Amino acid sequence: MSQGTPDKDHDAARRAFLRNAAAATVITLAPGVTLLTMGRAEAGIAKPSGPLDPKKRWGMLIDTTKCASGCDKCVAACKKENGWEAREGSPTDPQWIRKVDVKDPGTGFEMSLPVMCQHCEHPPCVDVCPTGASMKRADGIVLVNRHICIGCRYCMMACPYKARSFEHHEVEESDKAPWAPRGQGTVEACTMCVHRVDTGRIPACVEACDKGAMLFGDLNDANSDIAKRLAEYPSAQIRADLGTNPGVRYAQLP
Amino acid sequence: MTFRLIRLVAVLALALGGVLGSAAGQAGEIGPKIAIDKSKGQCVRPRDEMRRTHMQLLKHRRDETMYRGVRGGKVSLRACMECHAVKGEDGKFLTVKSPKHFCRVCHDYAAVKPDCWDCHVSVPDAAAGQAMLKLPGHSMHAEASGLVKYLQGGKK
Repeated sequence: MSQGTPDKDHDAARRAFLRNAAAATVITLAPGVTLLTMGRAEAGIAKPSGPLDPKKRWGMLIDTTKCASGCDKCVAACKKENGWEAREGSPTDPQWIRKVDVKDPGTGFEMSLPVMCQHCEHPPCVDVCPTGASMKRADGIVLVNRHICIGCRYCMMACPYKARSFEHHEVEESDKAPWAPRGQGTVEACTMCVHRVDTGRIPACVEACDKGAMLFGDLNDANSDIAKRLAEYPSAQIRADLGTNPGVRYAQLP
Repeated sequence: MTFRLIRLVAVLALALGGVLGSAAGQAGEIGPKIAIDKSKGQCVRPRDEMRRTHMQLLKHRRDETMYRGVRGGKVSLRACMECHAVKGEDGKFLTVKSPKHFCRVCHDYAAVKPDCWDCHVSVPDAAAGQAMLKLPGHSMHAEASGLVKYLQGGKK
């Protein structure tokens, strides 16, 4: 038996015997039988979700022509879903998704688009992580495993999309969401609402967008809406030159 | 001879003391007592096993969730809450800030500080502070049909 996995049954039995040694004397003096039933009530419990399908690659298509400047419904939905709130004027508060307004000074063309973790196929944040906390799931969702994140913030430096943030403050119990744990001293970012996707729902931002600017789906499934749209219309990745192959694509991005 | 007699008496006295001692306080009970609501059925593992290895179960599930997306079900941190969470005098569930929180009762006794609650909610889902919890459709065990319908082109 290795050190990490003690022989549980024997170990527990030995402990129980030592603790019950006195009681065992009683049994020899006045014989009696104690029957312990260890039945497990499995009924009525929902089956756990998963495991995930590694053939999938979850992605998003954002249509920049439909996204309106000044609308931040996706950002608000993300804040509510995942329990983060950027304080006014603070440069260090968490920001899982942000609205970016850009303008071509030459032509005056303006455009607005949400930017969040781009869920790269080759994520630089995963390359640089010294603990293995920064990770990519088999279905393409890039996450921080905050159980092993030491808060060094190398990933924040490495991310070309500035998608990750560091939680400086203790998270109040009342701000925590049961499905999206977050805490002080760790790095966090958009999870593509992994808790929703795992249980068969779509990300909160996509659900909140009432202009139809955001589309979520499996990039690997040729029959999915997102794959069809990508095949039919021009789309682009932000900083495609870096070769990270993001899962978040932008339609009509000039 | 006298020495032998003394030794015999001593051994008998020890054995008897053990019997009386164990009869007075329930045999084999060490550590603090926690009241457990058994109306919801048995735990996922026998008591002694849980005491020794609950952290291994939780760690295993933690990795399953992070890497493979396994969520919900009975062997999960959220499910522990459903049976074990205790209410305070005001009828509200106690958070881990209270020494009476079911995790802290034993962990304080053993001088071990688990850091689960730095990030995770320490009360049952239904009692968590966020107002959004009360919104319909927020369930860890939601059916996959919603996503399937959405992916097939229907309305979400």
